[in-house]
Amino acid sequence: MSNKNETLGKTLFVVVALCLVCAIIVAGSAVGLKPLQQKNAALDMQRNVLDAAGLLQPGTDVIALFEERVDTRLVDLNTLTYVDSVDGKNATDYNPISVAKKPGLGTKLDKAEDTAGIGSRENVAKLYFINDSNGELETLVVFIRGYGLWGTMYGLLALEPDLNTIKGVNFYEHMETPGLGGEIQNPNWVAGWQGKQLYGDDMSTVQIDVTKNVADPAHDVDALSGATLTSNGVENTFQYWFSDKAYGPLLEKIRQGELNNG
Amino acid sequence: MASKKEIKEVLFGPIFANNPIALQILGICSALAVTSKMENTLVMCIALTFVTAFSNFFISLIRNHIPSSVRIIVQMTIIASLVIVVDQILRAYAYSIAKELSVFVGLIITNCIVMGRAEAYAMKSPPGLSFLDGIGNGLGYSVVLLTVGFIRELFGSGSLFGYQILSLVSEGGWYQPVGLLVLPPSAFFIIGGFIWVLRTFRKEQVEPKD
Repeated sequence: MSNKNETLGKTLFVVVALCLVCAIIVAGSAVGLKPLQQKNAALDMQRNVLDAAGLLQPGTDVIALFEERVDTRLVDLNTLTYVDSVDGKNATDYNPISVAKKPGLGTKLDKAEDTAGIGSRENVAKLYFINDSNGELETLVVFIRGYGLWGTMYGLLALEPDLNTIKGVNFYEHMETPGLGGEIQNPNWVAGWQGKQLYGDDMSTVQIDVTKNVADPAHDVDALSGATLTSNGVENTFQYWFSDKAYGPLLEKIRQGELNNG
Repeated sequence: MASKKEIKEVLFGPIFANNPIALQILGICSALAVTSKMENTLVMCIALTFVTAFSNFFISLIRNHIPSSVRIIVQMTIIASLVIVVDQILRAYAYSIAKELSVFVGLIITNCIVMGRAEAYAMKSPPGLSFLDGIGNGLGYSVVLLTVGFIRELFGSGSLFGYQILSLVSEGGWYQPVGLLVLPPSAFFIIGGFIWVLRTFRKEQVEPKD
């Protein structure tokens, strides 16, 4: 290496030039590929919704099926009314998870209330109404999330039209231990949720129980062996989201037909 | 231009004779993290080979203009930019894999193989050979990772590239998967075994006793 490389001028020139070139390349690739990435992320979420509802078969045209059957709606959880858009975002683009921590769009939960360990909850929920060919409600898919062992588990829950019987559950993102808590994605365990009832006979107390001793087949789900904290986290997630602090009143209103899919 | 023999040595030498993982013990961290599934392993191998080859190429291209006082930073900047580009491409074209690899693609930046080749080879060799050296080291890395990934997925999950090969007990079959292999530390044992086998056949790699 020659000495002229070691002058201050040359050093600065090389560093600045390199930074400029690299910045252009990085920014160019990020901006250029962004539309494709957003499309992918949206498609991934649609696939998760259909998967939770049990509509995803190999070879399914996700976009077409979603377009045809799924009606995405936003509901204010405090006033229990439909809203068209939140913060300038329509139902398709709205992301309830990312807004939960923003003031005005989410509500901070105090410790006693926050059984699922999520910190704050969005004010406006995003619901997926899946209709049958006659336009009748076939499945309602809602977002749920709660803290497991290592991090927040993000899931979607599909309910039958009675809004009590579980059709399917899909934890699409989590940080649980592979082979132990990670089994919340195992199709065999997921299948065990089908047909379970969220609520007891009074339709208001959440009865779902993730336990190692399945005594009540209508409400008890077999816990994951070797993953007690993950199983508890899943149970707490259900306990929180379907209580009267989150989806409870909303489901009750839909059940009575007062907030129907009109 | 370099002779054929030199090209061959640069390109294929790192696969067994001078393997970056087995002989130089570099880049172990990602070898543990991403090898539980063949599909992820393969994508990681391609990503790393791409980054090593091109970082070597660009660094070699400007090697005569890099002031030695800032050379590591210059190398890092080039490597980091390439890694970000790879990450963006993966997110655009292989979204589900990108989601699983997530942080490990970013960690290619700190992979010792990339830095090691840039500093040890690209800084003093012409661009063409440096590029081949990057490919060669990428292949050396890939051989180890794919071996580890093959063993871990086949015996840990009973599948290869997601296709079920051994029917699992939990699904009514006969194969009881080895749970240890699903967890990252198992890759240590497999890499250890790989090095042992390699050094049995290539005695010159055995380190002299102290």
